[in-house]
Amino acid sequence: MALSGLQIYKLLPQTNCKECGFPTCLAFAMKLAAKQAELAACPYVSEEAKSQLAAAAAPPIRLITLEGPGHKVEVGNETVLFRHEKTFYHQPGIFVRVKDTTPVTDLKAAVGAAMGYAVDYVGMSLHLDGVAVEAASGDAGTFAAAVKAVHETTDRPLILIAGDPALLKAGLDAAQGTRPLLYAATAENWQEVAALAKGAKVPVAARADSLDALAELTEKIVGAGVEDIVLDPGARDPAGSLVLATQLRRLALKKNFRPLGYPIITFPGEGAADVIEEGALAGQQIAKYAGLVVLDHFTPALAYSLLVLRTNIYTNPQEPIKVQPGVYEINSPKADSPLMVTTNFSITYFSVANEVDGSGLPGWLLVADAEGMSVLTAWAAGKFDAERIAKAVKTTSIQDKISHRKVIIPGAVAVLMGELEEELPGWEILVGPREAVDLPGFLKLWRAN
Amino acid sequence: MPVEIPVEKWPGKVLEVTLGATAAEGGTRAHTVTVGGETALPFLHFEGEIPNPPRLAVEISDVRPADWSPLLLEAWGEVVNDPAAWARAAEEVGADLIMLQLSLTHDGKPTTAADAQAVTRAVLQATGLPLIVFGPGQVDADNELLVAVADAAAGERIVLGVCEEKNYRTIVAAALASGHLVNGRTAMDVNLAKQLNILISDMGLPLERILMDPTTASLGYGMEYGYSVMERLRIAALQGDKMTQLPMLVTPGYEVWRQKEAKVGDGVPASWGDWRERALLWETETATTLIAAGADIVVVRHPETVRRVKAFIGRLMGK
Repeated sequence: MALSGLQIYKLLPQTNCKECGFPTCLAFAMKLAAKQAELAACPYVSEEAKSQLAAAAAPPIRLITLEGPGHKVEVGNETVLFRHEKTFYHQPGIFVRVKDTTPVTDLKAAVGAAMGYAVDYVGMSLHLDGVAVEAASGDAGTFAAAVKAVHETTDRPLILIAGDPALLKAGLDAAQGTRPLLYAATAENWQEVAALAKGAKVPVAARADSLDALAELTEKIVGAGVEDIVLDPGARDPAGSLVLATQLRRLALKKNFRPLGYPIITFPGEGAADVIEEGALAGQQIAKYAGLVVLDHFTPALAYSLLVLRTNIYTNPQEPIKVQPGVYEINSPKADSPLMVTTNFSITYFSVANEVDGSGLPGWLLVADAEGMSVLTAWAAGKFDAERIAKAVKTTSIQDKISHRKVIIPGAVAVLMGELEEELPGWEILVGPREAVDLPGFLKLWRAN
Repeated sequence: MPVEIPVEKWPGKVLEVTLGATAAEGGTRAHTVTVGGETALPFLHFEGEIPNPPRLAVEISDVRPADWSPLLLEAWGEVVNDPAAWARAAEEVGADLIMLQLSLTHDGKPTTAADAQAVTRAVLQATGLPLIVFGPGQVDADNELLVAVADAAAGERIVLGVCEEKNYRTIVAAALASGHLVNGRTAMDVNLAKQLNILISDMGLPLERILMDPTTASLGYGMEYGYSVMERLRIAALQGDKMTQLPMLVTPGYEVWRQKEAKVGDGVPASWGDWRERALLWETETATTLIAAGADIVVVRHPETVRRVKAFIGRLMGK
């Protein structure tokens, strides 16, 4: 939590020596609060004041990084409770758990399928983030072999799951060259696990069954020299998980409570009977404050739904996802193919483009600059009116590409027809369907003449 | 180390709205359903009251739906040809409420007031659950049919929808005349929702008879807009803004099942996975996410979704 100018002033020497370049210590403090000056400019500031100011400048939820040879995941450093207040920044890492009791060939196949998975959503390629390997065998050699097999199969980050520090050590050795998360330090094993994490410079998860015990545990781990911590507050059911995650986020953001200012790890599969329930619980945790989500199932449908949900929740509400305005060709259109116009809001664009594409019929899609709003919203806001549509028609190369003079407008803005006829003399304005899903049927009836 | 948990004590409270009327109350419902009454954000039981769980309404159609996904038609089977049987089937899978969607046409001809009244009576007779009736979504047809439905169901405290800015006068007048409730729908916008609630209550309909429907979208198709508008409305309600203190109704079933992810199995990328599993995940996750944002009534379509979401709500309520 940032300090005010007055709070900073109290930590300064208050001698008004002017050596920092400002007339008074108070003026300097105000500049520091506004982040327009560096504390190093004061030659007389005490070490204690320095550390207090540095601590106050640290983010309330620490940024934690897990790294594989080819990918890294950064979680934490969030600043709000509700996405409408600003935005959520670091998408939770979605991991898939495998167990070392699985034969190595099956293990490699499972990891290959989950980590090789990619799905296209509004022009983005989405994928899962890494693998959690659990030492279910209880045997160091078996665990090391499984971690090695996973490490050889994917270049994404790992989470190593074991209660026994000796097992974690074996896993860590097998994951050389990566920065995995050690799961987990508890009241019983924290000394050895923290020592491991410190030695290997890797983050560690702290698990306890109450927030009191969790805060006590993280203080001990920090005391042992480990700063990168992830929290497991214990609850696995939807209600407990929601309450604890909310309390943790509030403690960090509203109270700047350092001992619990870390990202949260969740295991939705442990609170669910099957894939669908796991999806519902994981969805809740993605929306409400998880930093790492470890799934017990990988199916394409589950991965697709959760990756989309994560993208939706972490979309910046102040900045809609847009596509570039211009002319898009679908199914190799010719001069006599239909011309449709829509807005540059990505979801609108992809709904329309996917339907035309799926119909197999060729078409020209003219995307007008509607400042990233959907058709009706843009129309209501005056960003998708006759003038803008006419401008898009006139200023792009579309007139040279087609032999006809017909433009199809979305059914939701049928009211623009008259005005558009005035703006585009010589053009015929056709009113298309309200919903993109009805475009294929509409296009089947298209005639250029 | 003792941790002091920050507790939000909100000054405001969501109004309780009761759907349906029993014989003692002038209707014929087996029981009523009350939603709202929250004094905390969804399921944060440690800092306020959540007296009523969010409720599941199942959407049924007055005629066999022409454009529904084969997955839905297969799941419901024969009953999609008979609204009364369909309502009974919905009650059997655990619906708390029935949402009857009226169509624009009946056997190729425009649906008449008499058609709408007949199907409303049939559904009311078939089930003891409180009823929500949505018009076809065209102002003139909605006005004609919903007024007739209100009359046929007088005293039952049904919910009339969709009540929008362009037709609210007619719908609210019908609700006033026959003792019903309205579902006020606006585009996804906090101020539009407030404004419609003011217009409706200015006509004399008590706030306890209004649900607000801030519109929603499917997962993947703008769900986050509705999600954030609902969170903002609920926070405003808890902060004490009277015109936002109404329970929220949203329609994830309609939104999800018109998108390809749920609707179709062929011609989609292999990375979308198993069709049925994907469709159920899509509808379930959309519904549970909107419930997390403050939805009090979610209208869904697939019987499996009803079971799933109801069980999930039960767990969130600590049961």
